[in-house]
Amino acid sequence: MREDPALYDYRAWDERLPIRWPDGARVALWVAPNIEFYELDPPANPNRKVWPRPTPDIQGYGTRDYGNRVGHVRMMELLDRYGVRGSVSLSTALCEHHPEIIDMCRERNWEFFSHGIYNTRYTYGMDEAQERAMIEDSVRTIAEHTGQQCAGYLAPALTHTERTLDLFSEAGGLYTCDLFHDDQPTPVKVRSGKPFVSVPYSLELNDTIVYVVNRIEPRRYGAMIRQAFDRLYREGERGGTVMCVPLHAYQVAHPHRIRAFEDALAYITGHPDVWVTTGREIAEYFVEHYYDQAVAKWGGGDSGDGGNGA
Amino acid sequence: MALDPSYLKYRLRRYGMDHDRYEWSMLSERAPIAWPNGARVALWVNLAVQFFPLNQSGRPFPPPGGMSTPYPDLRHFTLRDYGNRVGLFRCLEALDEAGLTPTFSVNAAIAPRYPQLLERLNRRGNEILAGSWHMDTLHHGEMAMEDERELIDRSLEALRAAVDQPVTGWLGPARSQSGNTPDLLAEAGIRYMGDWINDDMPYPFATRHGELIALPLSLELDDQFIIQNNLHSEWEYADQVKDACDYLLAEAESTGHGRLLALSVHPWLMGQPHRIGAFESALKHISEQTGIWSASAADIVTTWSAQRA
Repeated sequence: MREDPALYDYRAWDERLPIRWPDGARVALWVAPNIEFYELDPPANPNRKVWPRPTPDIQGYGTRDYGNRVGHVRMMELLDRYGVRGSVSLSTALCEHHPEIIDMCRERNWEFFSHGIYNTRYTYGMDEAQERAMIEDSVRTIAEHTGQQCAGYLAPALTHTERTLDLFSEAGGLYTCDLFHDDQPTPVKVRSGKPFVSVPYSLELNDTIVYVVNRIEPRRYGAMIRQAFDRLYREGERGGTVMCVPLHAYQVAHPHRIRAFEDALAYITGHPDVWVTTGREIAEYFVEHYYDQAVAKWGGGDSGDGGNGA
Repeated sequence: MALDPSYLKYRLRRYGMDHDRYEWSMLSERAPIAWPNGARVALWVNLAVQFFPLNQSGRPFPPPGGMSTPYPDLRHFTLRDYGNRVGLFRCLEALDEAGLTPTFSVNAAIAPRYPQLLERLNRRGNEILAGSWHMDTLHHGEMAMEDERELIDRSLEALRAAVDQPVTGWLGPARSQSGNTPDLLAEAGIRYMGDWINDDMPYPFATRHGELIALPLSLELDDQFIIQNNLHSEWEYADQVKDACDYLLAEAESTGHGRLLALSVHPWLMGQPHRIGAFESALKHISEQTGIWSASAADIVTTWSAQRA
């Protein structure tokens, strides 16, 4: 094991890049609906238990299934009202289980990126060939069912190995949502040496972290989103920032929670200098305009380990 | 190091669900449901009438709200018993004041322990759902089917013998189920169950003994979940109930489809003197809206069943 993941170099916030987003926007806002499938009876992983109760854990399973049966449509219609295209963090087996949801996203020209095959299959313990097979399967499934070349990755249930980002880059990926170290995109060192970017994906504003881990009140969640936006918008004058709101319809789309979120989204999109965009568009824009500059100043790009991942 | 190759096999990667209990279906795609008198939202308020034994086994997990300090945990035993002695009557007064109809999910152990309480509930005439034997008889995948059948039969017999109604609804302790529970419930004459929380409306549920109806009793809007699990205040609870009520009314209006607001309330929690005012405030808000149909769970299920496509 390493002391440090060796994925990026240090840079101080007051030395950040003077990014200008399209049309002079100060904040790049992206909303990432997690569209997930949890299995009722998945195989056991030696490193992490899936369900707290003995199989069948109908409470854990039913909680997630609510998002697919009820929540996504509510969330989609809400995002439509504010002109937000979702960047879908997708359990790719959902293409097979629930293609109707995929169709609704496609009609909206949403982006799909890989969140593994199932959110109940963890990467822990996989060897390199297994993890590569899982990643390639997920990328292939997205291509077959949506016609999109998958650009982004969020590891299933945030389970990683030391090789995860190397393998995703080699599978044609451009950006990762797995790193939470900055409010701007940063180059990430991968062994392919190809441009690869961390696009900020906030765990702090992730509705599951908010509702399940931190157990926050719905109206306070709305206030947190507004507060985060206010600060990133102000600081964005000095260098463009990224704001991500990761969502799970099985959390945010409950009748007692969704209005507070809508109020926050209405507030944000009521500001002029906001680029309402997707994860892929942020990554591509950054690579085109700022990646080389960032690598020259702070390093990144090639992991420099001779390609053995050591 | 590698995982067993079976970890990368996806046996049930197919259209629909990864089990055969219910069909995959999005709420937005279903036929509309109309409630009586043009109501937009059916309101189900369930009061939990529970018995938490002092000698809790805690298997396969301690029931939420159960004993948690070393035996004898007089603190939690009596705090829960408070609901049956005091809290329930406060909650009923609040509901009666607001003109709203409760149901009671009752642990069958109440029948021999507090027959006078069960008789009071029986005389009110509100619907009684079966809640297994007590809060420590959890239904789970590690129990033998015969043991579970005996538990269900014993619970239903005790309740049905004590009240003047058929008892056709079920709410398991901690909404727990084994893989056999729905089959055994249907076999025992249960029509609907509240344990599954994956929908905002009733839906059909397959068993080996015919069909059950799943009538989801929301967990995320449950008072115990919001106040005891999430540590939100009683007034935050009231706000969430009001927001849910308003949202569902608006959604029913815009879609033309009836909706369900299901409130799970624990008298030992909500019936405390410092919380009851917030509960009253939430009930008042609901009762002031037009388009609410306050009904028993069985009436909601019957009305829904008559209209299903």
